[in-house]
Amino acid sequence: MRQRSNGFLAIWAMRIIFYLLVSSVGIIVLDILWKGLPSISLSFLLDSPRRSGAEGGIFPAIVGTVYLVTGAIAAALPLGIASAVYLSEYAKQGLFTRGVRFAIITLAGVPSVVFGLFGLGLFVIFLGFGASVLAGSLTLACMILPTIIVASEEALQAVPRELREASLALGATRWQTIWRSVLPYSVSGIMTGSILGIGRAAGETAPILLTAAAFFLPNLPESPFDQVMALPYHLYILATQHPEAAKVRGMQYGTALVLLVLVLGINMAAILLRGRFRKKYRW
Amino acid sequence: MPRPRTKWTERCVEVTLVVAASTSIILVGLIFLFLFREAAPFVQHPGLSSLMGDRWIPVSFQKEQFGIYPLVTGSILVTAIATVVAVPFGVIGAVYLSEVARPAETETLKPFIELLAGIPSVVIGFFGLVVLAPFVKAAFGLETGLNAFTGGLLLGLMAIPTIMSVSEDALRSVPASYKQASLALGGNQIQTIWRITVPAALPGIVAAVMLGMGRVIGETMAVMMVTGDAAQTTFKPFESVRTMTATIAAEMGEVPFGSDHYRALFWVGIILLVATFLLNIVAQRVLKRYSVRQ
Repeated sequence: MRQRSNGFLAIWAMRIIFYLLVSSVGIIVLDILWKGLPSISLSFLLDSPRRSGAEGGIFPAIVGTVYLVTGAIAAALPLGIASAVYLSEYAKQGLFTRGVRFAIITLAGVPSVVFGLFGLGLFVIFLGFGASVLAGSLTLACMILPTIIVASEEALQAVPRELREASLALGATRWQTIWRSVLPYSVSGIMTGSILGIGRAAGETAPILLTAAAFFLPNLPESPFDQVMALPYHLYILATQHPEAAKVRGMQYGTALVLLVLVLGINMAAILLRGRFRKKYRW
Repeated sequence: MPRPRTKWTERCVEVTLVVAASTSIILVGLIFLFLFREAAPFVQHPGLSSLMGDRWIPVSFQKEQFGIYPLVTGSILVTAIATVVAVPFGVIGAVYLSEVARPAETETLKPFIELLAGIPSVVIGFFGLVVLAPFVKAAFGLETGLNAFTGGLLLGLMAIPTIMSVSEDALRSVPASYKQASLALGGNQIQTIWRITVPAALPGIVAAVMLGMGRVIGETMAVMMVTGDAAQTTFKPFESVRTMTATIAAEMGEVPFGSDHYRALFWVGIILLVATFLLNIVAQRVLKRYSVRQ
């Protein structure tokens, strides 16, 4: 009997610890939501910042983030899907395949600020792009590449073997099989992975800090070689470097909320898509 | 009917895919190459030995000093605190999700953890700066809430999703027969969990903790905003510190290109890269060797 009550207590202790964790997540999100909402207005979203961010809106930062993320996904998606198709459909056990897998795991573990240094060394300086949308996008692309490869490969692996065998048995070539029978059924899985990658790219600060971002640019960038404002960087500067940091809390909370909603919205889309995908295809 | 054009297409596709797949390898090579390229001239002047010091004063009218000890100890201190915070929550959370919670409960709770994993680090850092730091300051009666302890708390929180999801995988891959044997012998649920399931999943849990630590060491924005930005060698949790990541992010913007300071920052980057690289390799080895499922 004593044993039993001990087990009961321990389980409640675990439950309390878990709910403590869940509520701390809730507190963070609610705090940002609660204090950020009053700052949100149409002019906040659509105006340029004035008086170095103390007034006005964050439109150029939103646009900058959209540019950076679009560029990153445009570069990383084709490469990532192609790598995943190779790993899932072509790769044989061997040194090359092992090397590729090792490289992907390594890339996934590289700290984002190190990606920033790398982007600075390669894109900004060596290739002469300067601090620009292009350099920032490519740096972010390197960072999200492993996410996209891993998710895409999983999606390709989920397509049953029989589908490939049926196609090959009908005389289709390997590539025809992949293009017509495998890829169409893994599109949603691949999209889920890419969307998660987008979410990560949109929230990252350290890499763009070194390769693309500027704090105060009232005008939108005109070419890929221009610097941009970006939401995460804007929040960082407003919160830590602004001369009147304590007085512009409203602007800070507003920016944090927009960034949070953007990133969580992107992640939510991925989760919903994953759910639909699971329901649609039950092999 | 033989169609040479198709064959040619097939060949092209395969070559393209091989090239695409090799970009990952090339990228890893390039990362090491370009970090060393920018860092290398430092070896001749002022020499690697100048990194071995306990003063990081990169901008000075008299003599610049690039001793990285304070940055390394800053990173170690914050990582240690974060690990102490994250391991109990992450592991107990994983045990709870995989062994105790009912499926419906798991489905309601898990999105919160995914939510936590999705919050950008600069937003977490901002929360730490305006909410947690004043709270820590008041709770412990300190002069400032911007210190290693606050940084460790936040980073611990950020490491929890990694630790939890990898541990959960490890726990779920423990064969059901182990648990059934324990229960059949009269062990209760909690005894089965702590004496059978958790020990059986221990290698996976250790790997999970290492992956979480890898994330913590590499974290930049949150730690930069709340640790107080003072490069000093200390192991006291309530002192302000400066980690390696924060130093790079904070100083790289203002440093003259090609200066000693610039190159020293690349060395700090190399140390970071090597540290996380080693942690990851060991963790992956452990996961591979002991994974029950594969």
